[in-house]
Amino acid sequence: MEPIIAVLVGVLMTATVYLMLDRNFVRFIFGLALLSHAANLVILDSGGLTRARPPLIAPGESLPLPDISNAVPQALMLTAIVISFSLFTFALVLAFRTYQELETVDTDRMRAAEPSSAGAAADAGRRAAD
Amino acid sequence: MNWLLICPIVIPLAAAVIGFAGRGSERTQRGVSLAGAVALSAAAAGLFSHVWREGIAAVQIGGWPAPYGITLVADHLSAAMVAVSALIGLATVIYACGDTRRGRLSQALHPLLHALLAGVCGAFLAGDVFNLYVWFEVMLIASLALLVLGGKPAQLDGAVRYAALSLIATTLLLSGIGLLYGLTGTLNMADLHLRVQEVEDQGLLTLVAVVFIIAFGLKAAVFPLFFWLPASYHTPQIAVSAVFSGLLTKVGVYALMRFFTLIFRHDVGYTHELLLWVAGLTMVTGVLGAASQNELRRILSFHIISQIGYMILGLALFTTLGLLGGIFYVIHHIIVKANLFFVSGAVNRLAGSTELRTLGGLYRDKPLLAALFFVPAFSLAGFPPLSGFWAKLLLIRASVESEEFVLAGVALLVGLLTVFSMTKIWLNAFWKARPEESGPPPPVAPRRRWLLLAPIAALAAITVAIGLYAGPLYTLAERAAAELMDPSLYVAAVLGRGSQ
Repeated sequence: MEPIIAVLVGVLMTATVYLMLDRNFVRFIFGLALLSHAANLVILDSGGLTRARPPLIAPGESLPLPDISNAVPQALMLTAIVISFSLFTFALVLAFRTYQELETVDTDRMRAAEPSSAGAAADAGRRAAD
Repeated sequence: MNWLLICPIVIPLAAAVIGFAGRGSERTQRGVSLAGAVALSAAAAGLFSHVWREGIAAVQIGGWPAPYGITLVADHLSAAMVAVSALIGLATVIYACGDTRRGRLSQALHPLLHALLAGVCGAFLAGDVFNLYVWFEVMLIASLALLVLGGKPAQLDGAVRYAALSLIATTLLLSGIGLLYGLTGTLNMADLHLRVQEVEDQGLLTLVAVVFIIAFGLKAAVFPLFFWLPASYHTPQIAVSAVFSGLLTKVGVYALMRFFTLIFRHDVGYTHELLLWVAGLTMVTGVLGAASQNELRRILSFHIISQIGYMILGLALFTTLGLLGGIFYVIHHIIVKANLFFVSGAVNRLAGSTELRTLGGLYRDKPLLAALFFVPAFSLAGFPPLSGFWAKLLLIRASVESEEFVLAGVALLVGLLTVFSMTKIWLNAFWKARPEESGPPPPVAPRRRWLLLAPIAALAAITVAIGLYAGPLYTLAERAAAELMDPSLYVAAVLGRGSQ
């Protein structure tokens, strides 16, 4: 089971890199979502996968059965899913607001923070004219 | 003793929540924010004096013994970082009270500042890698919100770059933690120190170490992963820029110092050699980037990068003196750099611009401000007897002792180029006459001027004090470095004596 998940992680990473290399910021964000799925699967997989052995203690017993599945990676994953979900939401809102303000989602054309030298000269000219 | 470790996290969180609830009244909110910052400083001072007297302190939350529960640990490095963060937090809150206009901006600013401080302090005190990740995320969310506060186009553009690279960094960090857990079966840092020695495939461990170098390197803005920093740091409000410049990248540096002295010391020849290259290139690219800029905050942003290189150099040398210099540098840098951003804000407020071209004549008009800029700027450049001189001296001496003569030369050269940048600011903003077309500077209300200058003056006084009386900080850095070089102390404090 572990190798299959490992291959799946590889496939997800490939898709991530493809999406992230796009200049469209929205596609970049979807790349991020896939990347966080890949990371979660890495955690699950590296903790080892055990089928049909829930980490529960039967009534009347004080110890769980031997060879139960490891609960720690699942707990980590849950935390990570919640966090990555909130960050994903923030990134989507950011993309929307940026689109409203700058009227583009093309990261090459977002030059508000670091104007190119030509843009800065034009900017300076405009300010001098004011 | 338990409370000493928990307070630096709980106080800012409480201040954030209460401040958010009290956002209806400006006066209440500012009061809560100031009280929170003062309480955090007091708690941090308490923690620091405890660690100074009794050595490493550790708390198992909920009484679950390490390595199974959540552990908070404060050694000399953590306690010092918490203390200096609290100081910067307090300075920022005071400055923000004087600088930010009343209204919705200020309402969101104070609670978010405290949320950021909680994340920063949590990251410094976390004793297991997963909690470190969670505190990094708290810090990231708060910093993203602070960055876009105001919603100007430049801020949003900067935030796109910052968010994109930071989110990749945290996901890489998460993957690294997963892989490390897979190899060792533990998350507790002290336990990791012991378990990584038992890992059979040391090559795989080195690979995981490199994942962490990339993840924390992105946070710390090292070469070639720094592009988010100069794109975003000059865009938000001054108070936000200042707290970012002081604290955010330094959390990354702290995490690198922690991981690469406590956990990954199995293949120093590879990992720390890589860090050496990174350090050299970071110093050079940062300072060259700064030389090409003509706006105050953008120059200062690039200088953060070059200074990060010095800190990484201290870690990469992996000697006690190197780490000592690195830790000294981090603490000196936090104070000086945040102060320089405050000064740039005061310049903006008093002269109406931060573009070097339109500034001028500040030395004649505002001699006090000029003096207050002079101290941190030339401390950054490493002029004796200011704090930066000692920091650079220690690092260069450590490089020479480790026979890394090229890096010692690079560190000297970068110091010289820093002088060039600071002189450029001095000449343009303070010395030359104010250009006619800039018009008269905007008026500032007298009470506000005091609120702007008080934190700058206090931080400048600390810079001078460290410079003239470097002994205590040297001793602190020496103790912290000794603890980092001998992790058995840390392990014993967390897992109990006799676990070696």
